[in-house]
Amino acid sequence: MTPTTQCPLQLNEHGRLRHFLSLDSLSAELLTEILDTADSFLEVGARAVKKVPLMRGMTVCNVFFENSTRTRTTFELAAKRLSADVITLNVSTSSTSKGETLTDTLRTLEAMAADMFVIRHADSGATHFIAEHVSPNVAIINGGDGRHAHPTQGMLDMLTIRRHKGDFSQLKVAIVGDILHSRVARSNMLALKTLGCPDIRVIAPKTLLPIGIEQYGVNVYTNIEQGLKDVDVIIMLRLQRERMRAGLLPSESEFYRLFGLTEQRLDLAHPESIIMHPGPINRGVEIESSVADCPRAVILNQVTYGIAIRMAVLSMAMSGQNEQRQLNAEKLEAN
Amino acid sequence: MRIQISGARLIDPASGMDQVSDVFIEQGKIIAIGQMPRGFSTERLIDAQGLITAPGLVDINAALREPGYGRKGNIASETRAAAAGGVTSLCCTPNTKPILDTPAVAELILDQARDHGSCKVFPLGAFSQGLAGEQLAELVTLRDAGCVAFTNGLNSFTNNRSLRHALEYAATFDLTVIFHPQDRDLAEGGIAHEGPMASFRGLAGIPETAETIALARDLLLVEQSGVRAHFSQITTARGARLIAKAQARGVPVTADVAMYQLILTDEALMDFSSLYHVQPPLRSVADREGLREAVRSGVISAIASHHQPHEADAKQNPFADTEPGISSIELLLPLALSLVEEGVFDLPTALARLTNGPASAMRLNAGTLNVGANADIVIFDPQGQTLVGEDWYSKGANCPFIGHCLPGAVHYTLVNGRITHKRA
Repeated sequence: MTPTTQCPLQLNEHGRLRHFLSLDSLSAELLTEILDTADSFLEVGARAVKKVPLMRGMTVCNVFFENSTRTRTTFELAAKRLSADVITLNVSTSSTSKGETLTDTLRTLEAMAADMFVIRHADSGATHFIAEHVSPNVAIINGGDGRHAHPTQGMLDMLTIRRHKGDFSQLKVAIVGDILHSRVARSNMLALKTLGCPDIRVIAPKTLLPIGIEQYGVNVYTNIEQGLKDVDVIIMLRLQRERMRAGLLPSESEFYRLFGLTEQRLDLAHPESIIMHPGPINRGVEIESSVADCPRAVILNQVTYGIAIRMAVLSMAMSGQNEQRQLNAEKLEAN
Repeated sequence: MRIQISGARLIDPASGMDQVSDVFIEQGKIIAIGQMPRGFSTERLIDAQGLITAPGLVDINAALREPGYGRKGNIASETRAAAAGGVTSLCCTPNTKPILDTPAVAELILDQARDHGSCKVFPLGAFSQGLAGEQLAELVTLRDAGCVAFTNGLNSFTNNRSLRHALEYAATFDLTVIFHPQDRDLAEGGIAHEGPMASFRGLAGIPETAETIALARDLLLVEQSGVRAHFSQITTARGARLIAKAQARGVPVTADVAMYQLILTDEALMDFSSLYHVQPPLRSVADREGLREAVRSGVISAIASHHQPHEADAKQNPFADTEPGISSIELLLPLALSLVEEGVFDLPTALARLTNGPASAMRLNAGTLNVGANADIVIFDPQGQTLVGEDWYSKGANCPFIGHCLPGAVHYTLVNGRITHKRA
């Protein structure tokens, strides 16, 4: 009587990526392949001529239903470095305010023969809905959906960790701050678990922890001093002002006093630990200014790696989607 | 029309009858069970060998969408769907447009049901004007126009004082009040049961306490005012226990659960399918077990469809932007039989919660097979099968069971001796 689970939505019949919606149910091998591919694109980024022709003639639409600067820009750059044609729409300020539905907006873009949509949307599950019901033949890349997932951020964080710390199987990783509202935290927890990280810690007050988070296989700390002990990686999350207004926290300063990453607290972590943050950072709210600027902070490297990860995901999904189209065409001919 | 139903197993939970007997119907009433009365000449013989004859189902919560939401459903379409599910009487919700807070709307619904309906329709009136939770609706006038009970649905009263006064007023005239306990503040913004699944999928949660806090308050006010009260759409195990405790200390409250809450859980949200978007939300497996136990023990004496048909567009959006509700009134009996097949409860218990249980909660003259009772009857094949979606009568196809094969098949539904559904 329970609903049947279908074959994985984001994979084609050969098990290759055709959409990139969430890190849920993706294998360690596939995640590693994304990281390896991104590594090779990092070299491209270091060249004088930064373009490769992998997506020449393809059209990528960035459709952002929610504001973004760095995610949108790095997706744009990634697509351009793959030689794709790119258009970017900030839909929050265009069609939907004229009463057009999400479905109609995307079908209109589809009619312009777009090959790929990069989508950010305020609703959890929005990209699943689009991949399933609206544009199944266009490769859909999740640029962040509600609180659910931000899988390219998750993978760029994994690339950052792998490049600085190596093997995941020996690491202690702490994620600190507003876990409840964070799609980044959810994607990171999933990726770390899949890649075999044995000690994933989340550090936050109870008001910022999702119910039942232990079921992700993470260790929960409400005390940052205990949580940071000997960790190799610290991922700080951005704290938004709304959280105070919603009564989840009394003030920014009390949050900083209890959960801010200060130099003193950093001493509790492993001496070679790295500090990450998805940005934009709030100095003096979740992180002390000097910590954000110290050599162990790899926040700007994350941005660079973000372009490589997005190039990897775009090119892999495009080839998986092309492969599926070919399979469908062959089947049609066989009938 | 004189009808003879021959050879069926008769199950009437109200009287405890369970035997193979013939039923004789004349002028819309059951005039005999067992021996053919003298002078009876059968005009229509329904051969029901191997089938079960039971009182027609009584569904005490279904949205018919008329007036005002014709794109979602209307009285003709939704009562036809009800007849296919074995339903002979239903209570329709007041969230129409205009809202059912005036006698004119009640009369319109009753007229439409009489002229185009396939089952008996008993309107539930708005408890407050415009369902706004502030000023009382004209309850006695609405009762006189045909409303059998009053509800504010999921819209809370704006404050406890107004609610208290409303209950006292209703108690004065022995009116039945229906609560859908859900605390507005705790539920605000939520779209899924607060638990690991919602956390995992990033869906804003509605905690269990949204139900239990409202329920505990409502029970205290019911006790204080002495109003006749029914709690509808209970979703949590702890909520069911609160009702059990109140009943144990002698508060005469009744309760119902949505059929789909006995079957589905929040595990269904895995793929973000908007078909599983309902309010209050699908809860945990433990909650479902608690609800099933409460149905078995009789703490919950009614199972209702909580039928909410929608047009396709209402569900064509990301989960949070869709309208909540499931269309499933035409599956009421097959879904119950699927639970019997699963061993959740036995057939007489299932039928009791779908016939005399709900009828007595709403004080309806329905839900039994006595001699002299109205001939509201369902005849079904317990060994048959229903392929969901093969026939579909509701205007709303927002049903997660479409494509499933359910046990049992409704062969005939009769309302006052008139056949309102016959298996094709």
